[in-house]
Amino acid sequence: MYGKGILKGLGVTLKRFVDTYLDDIAWWGRRYYNDEGIAHRSSAKGRGIFTVQYPEEKLPVPEEFRYVPFLVYDEGADGKKEIRCTSCGICAKVCPPQCIWIVRSNDPQTGRPIPEPTEFFIDADICMNCGFCAEYCPFDAIIMDHDYEIASYKRNVFNMEQLLKPASYYKSIRPLNYARNEEERKAKEAAKAAKAEAAS
Amino acid sequence: MATLVHTETLDLAARFPGAVTADTRPGYSGWIVNKENLVEVATTLRDEFGFDLLSHVTGVDYFPDKMEVVYNAYRTTGGPGIFFKVQVPRVDPIEVPSVTPIWPGAEFQEREIFDLYGIKFTNHPDLRRILMWEGFDGHPLRKDWHEPFYEEDNKPFKSRWPDGKFLSAEDKNPYKDNLRFPQGFDPEKITFDGEAALYGALAKYQTTDKNGLKTDHVIVNMGPQHPSTHGVFRAAVVLDGETVIGLKPVMGYLHRNHEKIGERNTFLQNMPFTDRLDYFNSMSNNWGYSLAVEKLMGVKPPERAEYLRVIMAELSRIQNHLILIGMLLNDLGTFFTPALYAFEERELILDIFEATSGTRMMCNYHRFGGVARDLPAGVFEKIRDLVEDRIPRKADEFDRFLTENEVLVSRMKGVKVINGEDAINYSITGPVLRAAGIPYDVRRAQPYGIYDRFDFDVALRHNGDLYDNYLIRLDEIRQSVRILQQALKQMPEGPVMTGKPQYQVRVPAGESYGRIEAPKGELGFYIISTGKPNPWRYHVRAPSFINITALEKMCVGQKIADFVAILGVIDIVLGELDR
Amino acid sequence: MTDNKELNSPGYEIPDDLAHAVSITTIDRLYNWGRRSSVWPLMFGLACCAIEMIAAQASRYDLARFGMEVMRPSPRQSDLMIVAGTVTKKMVPSIVRLYNQMPEPKYVMAMGACASGGGPFKEGYNVVAGVDKFIPVDVYVPGCPPTPQALIAGLIKLQEKIDKQSIRKVRWYRKGADTVQIPVPVLGPDIMDPRRYDEIKRLASRAVPAGEKPAEAVEATSSPAEEA
Repeated sequence: MYGKGILKGLGVTLKRFVDTYLDDIAWWGRRYYNDEGIAHRSSAKGRGIFTVQYPEEKLPVPEEFRYVPFLVYDEGADGKKEIRCTSCGICAKVCPPQCIWIVRSNDPQTGRPIPEPTEFFIDADICMNCGFCAEYCPFDAIIMDHDYEIASYKRNVFNMEQLLKPASYYKSIRPLNYARNEEERKAKEAAKAAKAEAAS
Repeated sequence: MATLVHTETLDLAARFPGAVTADTRPGYSGWIVNKENLVEVATTLRDEFGFDLLSHVTGVDYFPDKMEVVYNAYRTTGGPGIFFKVQVPRVDPIEVPSVTPIWPGAEFQEREIFDLYGIKFTNHPDLRRILMWEGFDGHPLRKDWHEPFYEEDNKPFKSRWPDGKFLSAEDKNPYKDNLRFPQGFDPEKITFDGEAALYGALAKYQTTDKNGLKTDHVIVNMGPQHPSTHGVFRAAVVLDGETVIGLKPVMGYLHRNHEKIGERNTFLQNMPFTDRLDYFNSMSNNWGYSLAVEKLMGVKPPERAEYLRVIMAELSRIQNHLILIGMLLNDLGTFFTPALYAFEERELILDIFEATSGTRMMCNYHRFGGVARDLPAGVFEKIRDLVEDRIPRKADEFDRFLTENEVLVSRMKGVKVINGEDAINYSITGPVLRAAGIPYDVRRAQPYGIYDRFDFDVALRHNGDLYDNYLIRLDEIRQSVRILQQALKQMPEGPVMTGKPQYQVRVPAGESYGRIEAPKGELGFYIISTGKPNPWRYHVRAPSFINITALEKMCVGQKIADFVAILGVIDIVLGELDR
Repeated sequence: MTDNKELNSPGYEIPDDLAHAVSITTIDRLYNWGRRSSVWPLMFGLACCAIEMIAAQASRYDLARFGMEVMRPSPRQSDLMIVAGTVTKKMVPSIVRLYNQMPEPKYVMAMGACASGGGPFKEGYNVVAGVDKFIPVDVYVPGCPPTPQALIAGLIKLQEKIDKQSIRKVRWYRKGADTVQIPVPVLGPDIMDPRRYDEIKRLASRAVPAGEKPAEAVEATSSPAEEA
């Protein structure tokens, strides 16, 4: 019979429409604008509407999510920014589109390199968000950001000023990674101390 | 057909004394064929030894003395393939006989080699540039040709560290842009017409009809900006009324110089670039590339990593086919509603990719000898929910509402795409080949990873029409679900990476070809290493590109509206087609 | 997504007894409110980013909430060109042509790294290092590719830009030609912008063509055949 297929197809849409309201009633008032509701809508049990109403509600980003990288600094005792980067250059070497520029610092007296960058640039209009820089950084000094709302009215080349973000921010976006790094650092320091003790 | 000799024991040199020698360079395999005997050897390979599927043809520039054309053929009955090569001195004009008369699937690939290497194929039916435009200056993949933003031969560039003052590439170029002109060039004196060659190729369709009256045929250019060409693909179609009588695809609108950049990159740096080939299926692309490099390096990923690879690749296949079905219906006129439903499960699969690898589409998940990281907490359960519940439900839903739908059936049933024999000749792989009745699936023909452990059927349909091409996608979703269910049950605990993660890998010299069954067909990576940190040659055998070779064959005689649907089921993706 | 409160705040004191009876607004605000809530994008995808653009259209992000769900395949009916993906030299004449065909008011968004500045493929010989070399861009959205939410954030940024425009100052109500016409680039040995012919001629007459490497670098390229 002609038209049956069309009716069936329309039935799918109608079912979805009704399901939305049935779910709304079952979740009275809790279905929108909270993480629990979003999780439910995306789960196997979710029926009906699927939309996440950005910007009023935002899809939670997973820990491993990566956008443009940033540089981490530890807050020193007197508010001094202790940049973790030692300008070893691994990130600049591993970067596939070569969008990282680093100027290494030299000691003004001796002329020998000191472990801190003078300048650090990332061209966000070249960056491919691959995460290699963060993955291979031995000092956890460069981390992939979670902030994706960085649309602007001009091109984006980030210098060190714009790239630096505190370690507390890193902790807030990637708690598990942060904890793991801290553990590794502590272990490393302990090993170093033990070695020094053994030597003395 | 004669009894088939095993590829390993086949001695071409004995069969063609004087014309063929074994390739004895360390790390290489296969045979080197004299230019004059190429056609004869190729015909024998196809007819006598049964290598009916020419997988890929590519060029290699052994600067400064030789050019090489590499052919790779397989049997559709399965098993390993055979490499044979033709070497020619690197002095223009470089000429090699065309194998298009033997394997029509070589047509576009030879055009690509002509375009990028400047090797002329004698006896080729339509030798024009394919990716670049007519009139472009030079052959870009030659080692002595440099792009306008050329900095060094190989990455990492020295200007980035330790004295990396930010200087955009534009500032280094005299034109302050990505431009390069021959010396003394005057733009106002340009005389050639870039489109003349294309319309010249279509001129043969100007026919007269039976009564001696000249019929006017209409040339319609579909694309590069057209809603149904799935990206920036263009087809110049010659129409007689509504019937297609001639068709030439025009591509290169998304030619992103993947291979040139790939030869500048280090081995690891290529990994995120492979994501951007077939941008629906970065997980499978990664796999093909890591297979090729792992073969050279001689490393094997640990068990858990193997399972993770299978899980991700199969999830990727499912979401690819979901989009295909949604978009196919778009092309048939049911604008966007089915696609909205198809995108729902895709979003959930992308959520899994995002949680595991970090991004939704550009996963960059594989490393040589494993995968980047293990599944985060909670993701395993999400995959199980999807596989056990939502995806089978969605497949059933599609089945219920689409398979019997009379609009769909009347548009698709009996509209021939291609038959099995032609499909093999045109080197078509993937679902289109299987819908034409040829049970050829790399996962079975030459299993890679751990596919030999799973119990699944190669989805097969026999009519080779649009309807079968639609049904086979549903079949494949169901088979993928089967694989996933087994993989999730069997997956062991353990490490996901062999050895320590390194950013500098040592890849021994030699050639290697890694191929997988990507959702669109056989995806292969042909790599030549010289033992240095960068590949000497990096070639992608892109299924979209090779499947499109037969587009004219498929569409001639059909209606123009069917052309749109046929293009839809071939499942092209421009990132891979143009690279 | 504009609520009426925003529309109904002309900067005048409204007496309390009238507050719920009349709405006072400025023509600018009304005009911009109408435009920002019905930005129709051109159905035009180039590469990977286009898929995220479709995903933003689809069920989960649903651009219909912004009045942007009507993707027009014809440039004549669209207000916004989302340049979603790598702009290649071969494609750029078509893009400029499409831009010229769009009626005013028109906006351009460079979605993703490639359209903004060339992206990871910037070094390639067939890639245009940013679409803003040819057509004016209003909003840049970094990311490779930007997630649908990042795209929507960019679209909101565009709406903010529209909000700031004044009907008295916009270019499309000025005297003169109706739309901004950009000369279509020509494909020669490389892409040629007609606006730059003189410059190209002058520079091409100099000694070493661009991209040609100096003589000593040629030696460095060794062949694997030699080493084997």
